[in-house]
Formats: sequence, C-alpha cells, structure tokens
Amino acid sequence: MTTATETAEGAVDSVGQPLLSVEDLRVSFHTDDGIVHAVDGISYALQAGKTLGIVGESGSGKTVSSLTTLGLTRSKRSRISGRIMFQGEDIVAMDDSHLRRVRGNDVSMIFQDPLSALHPFYKVGVQLVEAMQVHRSISKSAARRRSAELLELVGIPDPKRRVDQYPHEFSGGMRQRAMIAMALANEPKLLIADEPTTALDVTVQAQILALLQDLQQRLGTAIIIITHDLGVVAEIADDICVMYAGRIVERGSTEDIFNAPQHPYTWGLLSSIPRLDSPRDEELVPISGRPPSLINRPSGCHFHPRCPYVRDAHRRVDPKLTPVDGSSEHAVACSLESSVRARIWDGIRTGRDAESLVRIAAASPEPEVPAAALEAPESEGTDIEPSEEGVVESERHGEQHLFTQPVDEVDHRLERNEHTGEVITGPEDT
Amino acid sequence: MATYIVRRILWGIALLILVSAITFVFFNVFPSADPAQLRAGRNASPQIIAYIRHELGLDKSLPVQFWVYMKNIFLHFNFGYSFYTGASVLSLITNRLPATLSLAVGAAVIWLAMGIPVGILSAVRSGSFLDRTAMGIALVFVSMPVFWLGLVVLFLFADDIGRFHVFPGANTYVGLTVSPWHWFTSLIMPWFVLAATSAAVYSRVLRGSLIEAMGEDYIRTARAKGLRERRVIFRHGVRSAITPVVTIFGLDLGALLGGAVITETVFNIPGIGRLNLDAINHSDFPIVQGTVILATLFIVVANIVVDIAYAYLDPRVRYS
Repeated sequence: MTTATETAEGAVDSVGQPLLSVEDLRVSFHTDDGIVHAVDGISYALQAGKTLGIVGESGSGKTVSSLTTLGLTRSKRSRISGRIMFQGEDIVAMDDSHLRRVRGNDVSMIFQDPLSALHPFYKVGVQLVEAMQVHRSISKSAARRRSAELLELVGIPDPKRRVDQYPHEFSGGMRQRAMIAMALANEPKLLIADEPTTALDVTVQAQILALLQDLQQRLGTAIIIITHDLGVVAEIADDICVMYAGRIVERGSTEDIFNAPQHPYTWGLLSSIPRLDSPRDEELVPISGRPPSLINRPSGCHFHPRCPYVRDAHRRVDPKLTPVDGSSEHAVACSLESSVRARIWDGIRTGRDAESLVRIAAASPEPEVPAAALEAPESEGTDIEPSEEGVVESERHGEQHLFTQPVDEVDHRLERNEHTGEVITGPEDT
Repeated sequence: MATYIVRRILWGIALLILVSAITFVFFNVFPSADPAQLRAGRNASPQIIAYIRHELGLDKSLPVQFWVYMKNIFLHFNFGYSFYTGASVLSLITNRLPATLSLAVGAAVIWLAMGIPVGILSAVRSGSFLDRTAMGIALVFVSMPVFWLGLVVLFLFADDIGRFHVFPGANTYVGLTVSPWHWFTSLIMPWFVLAATSAAVYSRVLRGSLIEAMGEDYIRTARAKGLRERRVIFRHGVRSAITPVVTIFGLDLGALLGGAVITETVFNIPGIGRLNLDAINHSDFPIVQGTVILATLFIVVANIVVDIAYAYLDPRVRYS
C-alpha cells in the first residue's frame, strides 16, 4: 500500500527520505462493546514543507491517526501497530520520555476548539512560556518577549498587552491564532491541524487558513490538515488522503482529487461542498446514510451500505488501494472498473440524473469474488456509532443518534438537507 | 470587585440581624422554662421573681427587648449576660473559642492531608484496585455518623475505658497554652473522628472533578506540548479540579467554627458547641443567641472568603 507514494515523482527530498512516513498504521481501542478499529492500516508520506490534507467524516479515523502521530492515543485500552517514521525514528516504538521531546518540539498540534484547548486559568503568555520552557532552557523574561513576538507573528494586534490576558478575553479567531503561536513556539518541522477552522466563523476560517499558508511559506513547516470539508484543503493542501472507516479510500494530489476523483465517497464529499461559482438553485447533495460502526464493520467494501453504485460482489470483495491508470501517486480503493468510474464522474459533473448514473454502474462487470470471500457472511455492519475518541454509544433502532462531538458534520448535512426538503434515504433503506 | 465585597458584607450584616430576630422569635414563641424563675432558684417569692424579671428586662414588650439587645450589640459590642450565671456572654464565648478553633483547624488539616492525595491518586489511577479500595473505604467513612464513630474510637483507644490504652480519652482537653503536648494528644482522637467524613467526601469530590478535568481538551494540549505527566496532572489537571474543593472547604470550616456540637459533646471538649448545647438545656437565651450569631458570622465570612478565593482561582469569574 505504500508503494504509490514512496515511488511518486518529487516525493523524495535531498536526503531521499520523507519527513514523515506512516506505514500500515493500525490503531484499535478495546471498549465494553468490542474492539473499535479506528485506524485500519493506513500509509502515507509527507515531505518537509509540504501540506497534506486528511479528509473524512467523524469516525473515519482521521483524528485518531494524527493523535497517534504524537503518541496521544497510547493507553491501556489501545493497540497500535505499524510504523510512523519521523526523521528516521519510529514514533510508535518510542519510549515515553523520548516521545515527550518530540511533542511540541518537532511535531506540534492545534485542535478544533481553541477555547477548550487552551487552559482557562492561565494567561496566554504563561501558556506560551510553558511551551518554550519544556523544550529549551530559556529565561522567563526571554520567553515572555518571544511570546509577544509569536503573537505578533500570527497577527494578533497589541501583543504586549495580549500576553497578559486570559483565553476567555480573546475572540474565537484570536484564540486559534494563539494556539498556532503556541504550536510554533519551538519551530516544529511538522504542524498537525485537527479541524482548525470548524469551530470558527466562515470569514475567520479563511483568515486562519491564509495564516497557516503564510506561516508555512515563511517557516517551511510541513502541515497535516485534518478536516471533514474538502473545501478547506482545496486551497492549501498539496496532497489529499480521503479516509473512510479507518482506511484511506483515495489518495492523490489536490488536482487529482478535485479534477478526477475516483471514489464514490470522494464524489459525495465534493458534491456536498457549497460553491460560490455554481448556480444558486443547485442542490447540495449529502452523502446518504451515516458512518459505519468501527466495531462490526460492513463486509467487503466498507462503503457499500452507503454507495449508490454498489454491486452484489462489492459486499464480499474488499478493494485494496491501487494506483489509478496513468498515475503514480493517485490511488483508490474501489471495486468499480476505472472506465465505469470515469463515466459516472463525468455524469455527476455534467448534472445527469442520479438514476441513469446508477444504471451505468449496474451494467458494468462485477469483480470476481474469491472462493474464500464466498464463505464469509455478508454484513452491513451493526447500528453502533463509535465516536472519534473511541467511545461507543449504543442506540436502539429508530432512536436519535448521540454524538460525542458537538460539531458534527453529518448532522449539518442532515440539517441542510431538510432545508432543501429532500428526503434522506440511504440505499440500504430502499 | 471592591464594591462587590462591600455589598456582600452589608448583606452579611443584614443576614445576621435576620438570624438574630428568628432566634429571638423562636425562643419566645416556643415553650421554654421561665428564665427569671430559673435564676431565682427554688422557693423564691413572686416578688423576687418579678424583680429578677425586671432586672433582666423580660417585663418589657418583645420588640423593645429585641431593640435593646441589638442596640447593645451594635453600640457597646455587648452580647448580654447569662440568665443562669450572670457571666458576660462575650467572655464565655471568647473562653470557649480556642477549644473549638483547635478542634476545627486540626481536623481540617487532617482531612485535607488525607482527602486531597487520595482523591488525586484515585483519579489518576481511576478504575484500578487502589482506586476501588480507596473509594470503598471512603464510602464507609461517609456512612458512619460522627457520634457513633466517636464512641467506637473511645471504646477502642481511650486510655481509660478503651480496649487498647493509646490516647487520652474524653474530658481530657487542656488549652494549648497550658500544655501543648497534652493539648495535642487529647485532640488526636477528636480530630480524626471529625476529619473522617470530610476526608472521605473531599477525596470523592476531588476524584470526580479531576477525572472530569483530565478529559478536557486543554489536558490534551498540555500533553501535546511535551509536558511531563506529573506536570500535566498537577499544573493543568488539579489546578482546575481543586476549585469545588475550595468551595466546600470554606463552607465546612465556617460551619465547624460555629461549634462542632456532636464531637465536642462525645469527647467533652469545652468549645462553642458545648456552650450552645448547655445553654439550650438551661433556657439561657443570651448564650444561645450569642452562639447562634457567632456561628452565623463564621458562615457569612466563610461565604465571602470563598467568593473572593473563587475569583482568585478562576479568572473567568473576575470579569463576569
């Protein structure tokens, strides 16, 4: 699974090693309801100074995979395997004290909600000073001066006064800027931004993204940006990984993903981005259904219960991430033939009606089902939704879903859909 | 902030007057012995009783009596005289206060020293054998009434009636200035008995609030910064989790300073609680009134101190 990126053109820096290379990473959590397979064998590589977007819904494993890059998912209940090679060292195998020296120093992270991510009882400057003093011997006064400089760097006006204020005295956008300043305090080589704009106003979102881009150009930091919104990464990512049910289902350069997306899930994500340049009466098409249980995952292709183009064999054959024709870095995990995928995407782009597109898929040849797979039972997964933290909330049939995250993209889509008056029915319900 | 404190103090004074009035009404409305008759002793003639009643001011109307009482407190800081012994209430209270102070402060030190570390350990190792054991023991201590625990401890460890002669038993209290060593040893059992419930409550409160704090996003941020786990727990976790403990501590200590009636009675410690109880038994209204006002005063002050401490602990309170 790693070959596509590792042999990619330009994917090698002067030393020949990527800054970060994740190889067959698996993270699972033991819960009372069973084992949650949050990340299920993902591989990607990131060059120094480049930006990678990881895109997917809640529960796709995107946050868990990035927390694991900082060793933050280590616990008695978690199992982590695979390798995360950072500057020639494996983060998965590192001992705790070694890992602490990497955290906040070489790799730092910013989070979705900057209000809850900053300690409410400490002044912003104190929290910045603390971040510096963990990793370098710097006097308090020097660290304070540098805190003000950092706040200035991230565009906070009147930084000398602001260092002595508490997070609750900052606006939402300012708090995220302060988080970014804290993350950059030790000039990390890699910055992981987990939904950095989700909790912010739309105008502030754009400012934060512009700031990240600007800082990357000035400081040469590599960035992994995690989001549910392809629109966020369109501008700033060099490469994009689309994750679904703990796996990468499509991977490619940003141009590949936007111009020639291959996976039906990626199509769904693209169709649900509001675009200013499209006609106002054009409907946003949500992805029907909801993310699958990561405890009892659907058989075959994990996306099959929600895929409009599903064939019988897809319920049994688990597609592997394979290079797309004519490209060394673009890869997809889909059982549909590439010519069929190309026709369907053309149809979606030109606005053909959904039913005729489904007919294209229905007329296509099915993949061969291996004898072993015929024995295995077919399953659409159970009705349990694990959250990104690996917490599982059981639900009875027909009950309202409980989400552990206040901001949930699936909910937004459902809401938006209610406005357009469209009835939501997944293929599994019809 | 300053105006806020002044406002709180004024409200506190109003509350004190209100509590005095309620105590006054209770004492006069509910049946109790005639103070004048008690003071006069047996076989006193009606003339003498009438004379005493006049001397104590009990022949005036109730509102006038209350007015005189309040006037004496505010103008002369005079809380009246015991109906029974004629001693000044203020001097009785100041005589008794050191014992109550010794008992309350010593117990507070013990319950904090026990409750806080146990709470932190239990939270950090939540679900472990250690946590379950500690919380099980805490539950036992919470469930034991003080009068029962006090008697059990006396029957086990008192050097007079105890199964094992370890500590001085009931009625052995001496002042700190008289003999520091005897003061200390005589208070060991009362301290632990009084501290047991609170230590258990505090460990459970801190455990719950620390577990909650350790799940917050800012703890993840602290770890992502590369801080040592010890620093993450104390500087970031406990710092937030301690606020509810500070609140209950202030209120508990304030309430105890007004007299730990049960513990003082079980161990026969001459504190405010005993003074109050004896006064109630003797229908000695001025002492009851004085001790009630003192207890109210401590609680009002504790509330104000907690509010100020809260603003100091949580910067978000200061500005809202």
